[in-house]
Amino acid sequence: MAGWDWAAFQKYLLNPYLLEGAWTTVWLSVAVMAIGLGLGLLAALMRLSRHRVPRDVARFYIWLMRGTPLLVQLIIIYTGLPQLGLRLTVIQSALVGLGLNEGAYLAEIIRAGILSVPRGQFDAARAVGMPYWTMLRVVILPQAARVIIPPLGNNFNGLLKTTSLASVISLEELLRRSQMLIQLEFKVLEIFLVAACYYLAMTTLWGLVQRRLEAHFGRPYGAAPGRPARAIEGTLLEQDAR
Amino acid sequence: MAADDLAVQAVGVHKFYGALHVLRGIDLDVRRGQVVVVAGPSGSGKSTLLRCLNHLEAIQRGTVRVCGELIGYRETARGLVELRDAEVARHRRRIGMVFQQFNLFPHLTAEGNITAGPVHVLGEPRERAVEEARRLLALVGLPEKSQAYPAQLSGGQQQRVAIARALAMRPEVMLFDEPTSALDPEMISEVLDVMTALSRQGMTMLVVTHEMGFARAVADRVVFVDEGRVIEDAPPAEFFNRPRTERGRAFLDKILH
Repeated sequence: MAGWDWAAFQKYLLNPYLLEGAWTTVWLSVAVMAIGLGLGLLAALMRLSRHRVPRDVARFYIWLMRGTPLLVQLIIIYTGLPQLGLRLTVIQSALVGLGLNEGAYLAEIIRAGILSVPRGQFDAARAVGMPYWTMLRVVILPQAARVIIPPLGNNFNGLLKTTSLASVISLEELLRRSQMLIQLEFKVLEIFLVAACYYLAMTTLWGLVQRRLEAHFGRPYGAAPGRPARAIEGTLLEQDAR
Repeated sequence: MAADDLAVQAVGVHKFYGALHVLRGIDLDVRRGQVVVVAGPSGSGKSTLLRCLNHLEAIQRGTVRVCGELIGYRETARGLVELRDAEVARHRRRIGMVFQQFNLFPHLTAEGNITAGPVHVLGEPRERAVEEARRLLALVGLPEKSQAYPAQLSGGQQQRVAIARALAMRPEVMLFDEPTSALDPEMISEVLDVMTALSRQGMTMLVVTHEMGFARAVADRVVFVDEGRVIEDAPPAEFFNRPRTERGRAFLDKILH
């Protein structure tokens, strides 16, 4: 019986091959988040449309993506679609599959954020002559961000780990690279634990970033960045009570 | 009366919320420079009327023109067709609106609120918009509040910033939807004073309000709306002293005591 090999664990902790895999995990997560935000915003706005067709299309998309396993989606996109003549590379498949899936979850978060902005804000923006997109950009989304940012951060944390599913379609992110290294070196526990440590490091670092983001977006309007609100609190409460 | 003399011209306006018939054929002409107070019991459709004038609400029948321009719709062979959002937005530029709840943008300073329209809608350079915002803040008596956020201002101050925000678009008409109803009593006069000053400068104003003192002193006409119709339209002296309808009399009895 081999037993636990400390030296091997320490060696793999700084293995460039694994580090590269971890880097792939990071940029893949960021790219998927960007795609998901775009799709999620679009789907959220369609869900809130006063026209029926975009509402139903968005509802269908969200229902489909949230109702089927991501793993199945990825496999269908990578190994199923070529049957219809649509051949995507591994990376394209991962971006499409993860992006579509993430978009569906973010759509609900963004929609809730937009709905949290009081109706009077929409009225006031329209009354100064803002067209729809200007209203969203200048008035609605900056306010919705307060509600959107915390769950968005949680989703990104989840995404860092969910990208490991892309190993199934042979994308060489952290998990896949760990598996490949194990095939060569047979240090199963050591290498998988190194991978786990990497994931933990990534989510921990993100946790720090998220806390700062939430502090920034959650502070009362008018409070200095990074400093707690002082005199303003009284007036804010008064407003809440109305 | 020449049509271009009219700042606002509503003809046969009907508004439904589902089965609820809120406006039942409103006709209203407002000449340039006139101040019209819209009075009436709650639920009579006064606020809805105002919101139809700048197409915050769609109307189901009739037409609204502001300075001769059809608002929210275009005429086709098959009748009126609602315009696309961007075109409606262009119409709204010259119609200022002040809300009961102020509706200032809480994430922007007073200055940011006032410059938002000129910068993001009219595409004015920021420096010029800021300069104009300073002038407007002075006009509403808040020259030192340009960097204050709405939450740092009293209700009366917020409403004055909201008036400045509407004025920044250089509107032809200003709509006031119960501008003092959400204010503490001691703050009402500071807002009414600004509105009075504005009327003296010749601004065309439609004001939904229960402030009958303001109506008496400033309005050229009082339009009394009940159950979705204009049932009286007279100079304030006449309306207050000799209301012609029973419902007008009943309304005055209630609010003047």
